[in-house]
Amino acid sequence: MIRLPYFLEYYRKMGIGHFFFVDNDSDDGSLDYLADQPDVSVWTTKASYKRARFGVDWLNWLQLKYAHGHWALTVDPDEFLVFPFCDTRPLRALTDWLDASSIKSFSAMLLDMYPKGRLDEQPYQAGQNPIDIACWFDSGNYTISRNHRFTNLWIQGGPRARVFFPNNPEKAPALNKVPLVKWDRRYAYVSSTHMLLPRGLNQVYDEWGGEKASGVLLHAKFLDTFGAKAAEELERSQHYAGSVEYKAYAEHLKNDPQLWCKWSERYINWRQLEILGLMSKGNWA
Amino acid sequence: MSVGIVMLVHTALGRAEQVARHWSAAGCPVVIHVDKMVAKRTFETFVTALSDLEDVTFSDRYRCEWGTWGIVQATQSASETMLAQYPQVRHVYLASGSCLPLRPVQELIDYLADRPQTDFIESATTSEVPWTVGGLDEERFTLRFPVSWKRNRYLFDLFTDFQRRFNIKRKMPNGILPHMGSQWWCLSRRTLSAILQDPERPTYDRFFRHVWIPDESYFQTLARQYSSNIESRSLTLSKFDFQGKPHIFYDDHLQLLRRSDCFVARKIWPYADRLYEAFLTDAAGAMKKTEPNPGKIDRIFSKAVERRTRGRSGLYMQSRFPNEDWENGVTAAPYSMFQGFAELFENFEPWLASATGARVHGHLFAMDRVHYADGQSAINGALSESPVLRDYNAKGFLTNLIWNTRGERQCFQFGPADNQDVCWRIAKDPNAQVSVITGAWAVPLFRSNLDFAEIRGIAANLQRVESEHMDILRSPYTKARVRIWTMAEFIEAPMEPLQGILDEIGRTKLRRLSEAPKMVDLSGFGQFLQNLKNQGMHPYLMGDFPLERGVAASPKAQRKPYLVQ
Repeated sequence: MIRLPYFLEYYRKMGIGHFFFVDNDSDDGSLDYLADQPDVSVWTTKASYKRARFGVDWLNWLQLKYAHGHWALTVDPDEFLVFPFCDTRPLRALTDWLDASSIKSFSAMLLDMYPKGRLDEQPYQAGQNPIDIACWFDSGNYTISRNHRFTNLWIQGGPRARVFFPNNPEKAPALNKVPLVKWDRRYAYVSSTHMLLPRGLNQVYDEWGGEKASGVLLHAKFLDTFGAKAAEELERSQHYAGSVEYKAYAEHLKNDPQLWCKWSERYINWRQLEILGLMSKGNWA
Repeated sequence: MSVGIVMLVHTALGRAEQVARHWSAAGCPVVIHVDKMVAKRTFETFVTALSDLEDVTFSDRYRCEWGTWGIVQATQSASETMLAQYPQVRHVYLASGSCLPLRPVQELIDYLADRPQTDFIESATTSEVPWTVGGLDEERFTLRFPVSWKRNRYLFDLFTDFQRRFNIKRKMPNGILPHMGSQWWCLSRRTLSAILQDPERPTYDRFFRHVWIPDESYFQTLARQYSSNIESRSLTLSKFDFQGKPHIFYDDHLQLLRRSDCFVARKIWPYADRLYEAFLTDAAGAMKKTEPNPGKIDRIFSKAVERRTRGRSGLYMQSRFPNEDWENGVTAAPYSMFQGFAELFENFEPWLASATGARVHGHLFAMDRVHYADGQSAINGALSESPVLRDYNAKGFLTNLIWNTRGERQCFQFGPADNQDVCWRIAKDPNAQVSVITGAWAVPLFRSNLDFAEIRGIAANLQRVESEHMDILRSPYTKARVRIWTMAEFIEAPMEPLQGILDEIGRTKLRRLSEAPKMVDLSGFGQFLQNLKNQGMHPYLMGDFPLERGVAASPKAQRKPYLVQ
């Protein structure tokens, strides 16, 4: 709930025309808040997040029904899309260009953002830009491999691998995402927004040395709200792979970890991310 | 005398209307062709919207599909209307609905008035200019293309292949020489009417109907037949990306366009409000006098093409993940790997750092942890020292390290006791400078306090690993700059190879190597090797090491033999 006002503001400014939410039995007033918004449609369910393959089934159904023929952006409330020229051009400029270039899917890797110091040092207020607090990130410790089954790239690394999974990196969460797709009713997300079917939509990378255009999803997960969230999710046990991720968090949070290190990079803008090689303008100029 | 504007329009009619008004306000008659694909009602609204302007006319509508004859037909018919209805027109400017005049229209009129007989049309022979995208250049003319590429790519390819296989070729009519160039031209009435009224026109039309992308060759070829004064360039600024699609201009290109010095730019994004506001004002405000710098636009767009086709060397990320050996640069920058040096010299790392100014790491691929320079626990990019994280993707670790530290030369130590996963990646990398003293791994063993049986086992293993690594470095696939010495060879004359390595790294602080690193005391090393041999483990990688090597090289003075007389 606390995250919603800024989330809506951010994406409205970007030019999103309509929001579709799935509310999984929240009890913090989110549902009423969303129902009051003029540009929001909200669905609510008490069913199991896990049994809906971590929400993917819900989203696929909504997109099948409402997104056919539209550019659809699928994100969590703590993910903020950054794309080339997003400070001077609306999202429509990007999707028009993608249309003109016959590109159907656009990748934006998840970039974990974190504050300097303890996670609960600066409390987050509703309406505040979370990136003002969690403004640090890891710039160059990501590992990539190909998933031959779905032809997508599998990206891991960042602060979560560095701090929570230093001894079993293979368990670190996937960071590759393809959140923006010119939706067709034949399409489906397979696992979160990490990969799609048909497989051609996962070909968001060039294999011959060139760079395709791509963006970044700033992931404002690590705020003061994280400790409570991790405990709650562990309790609900509704997450991927037996919630191994949340178990690791709970384990480490006891020792009050610092995600920040001397080599952390402070976020400035998309051009910085492009120079660091985390995203690319491709041939969009 | 004036300039007439032929406008081809298919979308964003609102913007087209704005631009048409702008041309018309400056006294230029406008003939508009609207694609037949545009719905009738939309078309009628558009016509009504412009009905208050006298000098705006609409021509017969054709279906304009990309790369097809329809576009030429549309241009022909609109040009005919222009020439017939506006006898005062001396130059006809072909523009699209998404073109935007950058300079005051009067400047264009004056410019053309000064060059009454010049035709501005980009026109180059196919054989001399290989700029076409997609592999078809001469074949555009010699084959037939009756099928749409956009809608029916499979049939298009099938038909093209069929003609190639059976060598079906067409001849140019009347032996004309095919020329190609930008679709957007500005022709004089004399040349344009000669093309349109030529008695041979049906022959040419029949031929070009089945040429591939005729809008880039019909007028470009025929203008050569009639024009007395062709200036082979387009007055319209348009940039093309690597697939031959035009780049689009947005609000943030405003300053760039102001400095472009071109009369007209295409293609403008229909929602670029600031551009339309800035350039469609009256002449006084249109072009603030700024220093023209057209080169800058060129640079920006050619860089975009370069980025899309070649990318940044050594970068591996979500939208650039080259197949092995297709990387266009395995790593981002040159670096040096040393094997055996830190074992043979006591102070090799600090010595190298001070001699070159490079960042000198220890064994980056050691089993216990990543030994970064100065004992750091992480490095640029928050790359961790954890050996588990590193070994999870050792090749990625190396490329990340070199990418993260670009701008600063990296040197590191390597050896047979380290993780060997990166050996091939480094061997195949032209950025790698690899220097190896084989067999030097024995020195720490020699100086250690281990049981001899243990030493023997370790030595055998290290020798096997290093020998495999040397096979890789000597393979024909190796692209790294590799130097290999045996230990015996190296200690004979260490200064020369060291100087060579430093010279290649460059940025050497010292012109001549004055201070050499300190070699460890090797007295007894020959005997140590002999002991290994005696135990049945033959160390051969160090080369021929004399038994007494290093024992104060002065041989015992031989007694003079007694002479018995």
